[in-house]
Amino acid sequence: MTQLVWLVPVLPLVGFLINGLFRKSLPKSLVGIIGSGTVLISFILSVVIFGDVRHEGFQPTVVDLWDFISVDKLHISLAFQVDQLSALFLLIITGVGFLIHLYSTSYMHEEEGPHYARFFSYLNLFVFSMLVLVLGANFLILFIGWEGVGLCSYLLIGYWFKNLDYGYAARKAFIMNRIGDVGFLIAIFMMIAKFGSVDFAEVFGKAGSVSTGVITAITLLLFVGATGKSAQIPLYTWLPDAMAGPTPVSALIHAATMVTAGIYMIARSHVLYDLAPVTMNVVAVIGAATAFLAATIALKQNDIKKVLAYSTVSQLGYMFLGLGVGAYDGAVFHVMTHAFFKALLFLGAGSVIHAMGGEQDMRKMGGLKKWMPATHITFLIACLAISGIPPFSGFFSKDEILAAAYGKNPIYYVVGVFTAFLTAFYMFRLYATTFLGGFRGTHEQEHHLHESPAAITIPLWVLAILAAVAGFLGIPAVFAPNAHWLGAYLSPVLGENAHGIELEKGTEGMLMVVSVVLAVIGVVAAWARFAKKPELGEPTGFGKFLANKWYVDELYNAVVVRPLDLLAQFLTFFDKHIIDGIVNGVGRLVQYGSRQLRLLQSGLVGGYVLLMVIGILVLFLVELFTKH
Amino acid sequence: MPINYYIFLAVALFCVGVAGVLTRRNAIIIFMCIELMLNAVNLLLVAFSKMHHHALGASVPTAGIDGQLFVFFIMVVAAAEVSVGLAVIVMMYRNTHSIDVNFLNRLKH
Repeated sequence: MTQLVWLVPVLPLVGFLINGLFRKSLPKSLVGIIGSGTVLISFILSVVIFGDVRHEGFQPTVVDLWDFISVDKLHISLAFQVDQLSALFLLIITGVGFLIHLYSTSYMHEEEGPHYARFFSYLNLFVFSMLVLVLGANFLILFIGWEGVGLCSYLLIGYWFKNLDYGYAARKAFIMNRIGDVGFLIAIFMMIAKFGSVDFAEVFGKAGSVSTGVITAITLLLFVGATGKSAQIPLYTWLPDAMAGPTPVSALIHAATMVTAGIYMIARSHVLYDLAPVTMNVVAVIGAATAFLAATIALKQNDIKKVLAYSTVSQLGYMFLGLGVGAYDGAVFHVMTHAFFKALLFLGAGSVIHAMGGEQDMRKMGGLKKWMPATHITFLIACLAISGIPPFSGFFSKDEILAAAYGKNPIYYVVGVFTAFLTAFYMFRLYATTFLGGFRGTHEQEHHLHESPAAITIPLWVLAILAAVAGFLGIPAVFAPNAHWLGAYLSPVLGENAHGIELEKGTEGMLMVVSVVLAVIGVVAAWARFAKKPELGEPTGFGKFLANKWYVDELYNAVVVRPLDLLAQFLTFFDKHIIDGIVNGVGRLVQYGSRQLRLLQSGLVGGYVLLMVIGILVLFLVELFTKH
Repeated sequence: MPINYYIFLAVALFCVGVAGVLTRRNAIIIFMCIELMLNAVNLLLVAFSKMHHHALGASVPTAGIDGQLFVFFIMVVAAAEVSVGLAVIVMMYRNTHSIDVNFLNRLKH
């Protein structure tokens, strides 16, 4: 079965081709069936593969399809790697992906036929690229998937391309990703130069034989790629803008799967990162800083999707913090639980936006729990999960990361636990403003309010169940020794000590109590403050600073975009006037010269003969006066 | 006779020919001047041929003979040229009632 793994990505590709090529003739119902069906079959295949992989003693298999690049001694093959890590990601991508496809059939129903098919074809192409990314058995195949998901992200953010702002948001996402990708690409070149290969097995095998400096450079460059794709400082600003895309896209690409590609890549190449302590510190610091910065910004956003976007950035920061302190399985665990609860949050938000007739401003919502019971309950579960309230899944994965952070350096822990407190606060601010209190929208909107149809609520319920119970896959040693199923499952790939530094049980228990108490305080504070009287006015003072996102976009505009713009203007001028001037000048000179020379052709034979004779005479004279 | 005399005569004939071609407008006279130039060259070829034969004839019996051969070629070409050229002039006269070459610039228009 493992040998047929190539079917998993190929099926969504087929769906993409069918929906993309016949988008004008296929009926909408069939488009939905093809789009979701191909992903569903991929999911079933993934489950079968997972069934093989989870047996103890399963050996990682590389399925070599064909030679992709063969130059001199460098051979790169199109090969897929099946092991514990990629099988887990296959499940997440196809499982959550299928639910979101199902959700989209209803959410995008008002789109016209060809656009509806375009949406599904992009979505399928995305799933294909993401599967290639996690299945690739070398860095180049990984990179192909990496670029593919970037492209699909661009296409889907700009799905409503008639809105100019959405187009700009798509462009911003694409360009910022590209900055990171350059780092990734250079890292691949360095691997080829130093190891002569990009195969995971070969690169990791030879990693010990090169100097620490080289490893540090490669890992840092890979991390630059990760900061672009996974929205970390300094390249995170595209993700909040990416909310311009349809909500299912935000759920699938900008929460559950694509943005976790950076975490996957680092976890996959943990052998290199283990050898580069400097990079590990950089990763941890950037992760902690991003988690904190994004959480503070999320406190003051009023757009329901923007809050979730910053929360995603913040949670990704956690994952990088986990990676940076060596808790690889904690980070992957958090990727998984985050995929469930954040996809659920986005889909819930989409359901709310759907009911509100496209309104995204929380200040115009309120009291929605009366109208939307299913959305309300599932959203509440997701909020509890992300806030780290036991026994929901976020608690387990977050605390695993926090414990490892404490073991490495208590400062990381303090930042992390404070961010956890902020997370609980802003999530329940969102929850209270949206679902509690009284309705603040227009009368017309109130009349329109309704619970979403089954195609939307079924994915919500499934994800809610997963968000509630997925944490039990990684029960920490404090509660029961050797009950961390996920850690044991991943250990063949991530190594035996992928847990970070182990703490004493008492200490770990204490840390857990602290973070839970802080989370509960955050929840209660937000509930008490916003349930009855949400903040509707414009923020002032420090709040304004946060509402304007620390003015980072403005800073980037002033420091990077403006100078580049000026340079471009200068170059335009240079090109238009100087380069073009030279080219046109040469042309005009030739034209003028020809016009003058034309006069010689008078048509008088005598004139020609005279010129000929003069020419001969000149030649004679030259001959006469030159000595040989 | 020294070779110089032949050279001077040939150059003089040639210059007369060139001057005639340049200055005259009557097609027949221009034609005759071209003949004059050709014959100036013929004269030179024959003179040099003779000179070489004098110098090397004792050891190489055929020395200088190629000069004479060229002269025959030129005479043949000149005869062919005259026959074509005179035909052109006749046709020209029939069409324009003139043999002034400057009329030929009408071809331009």
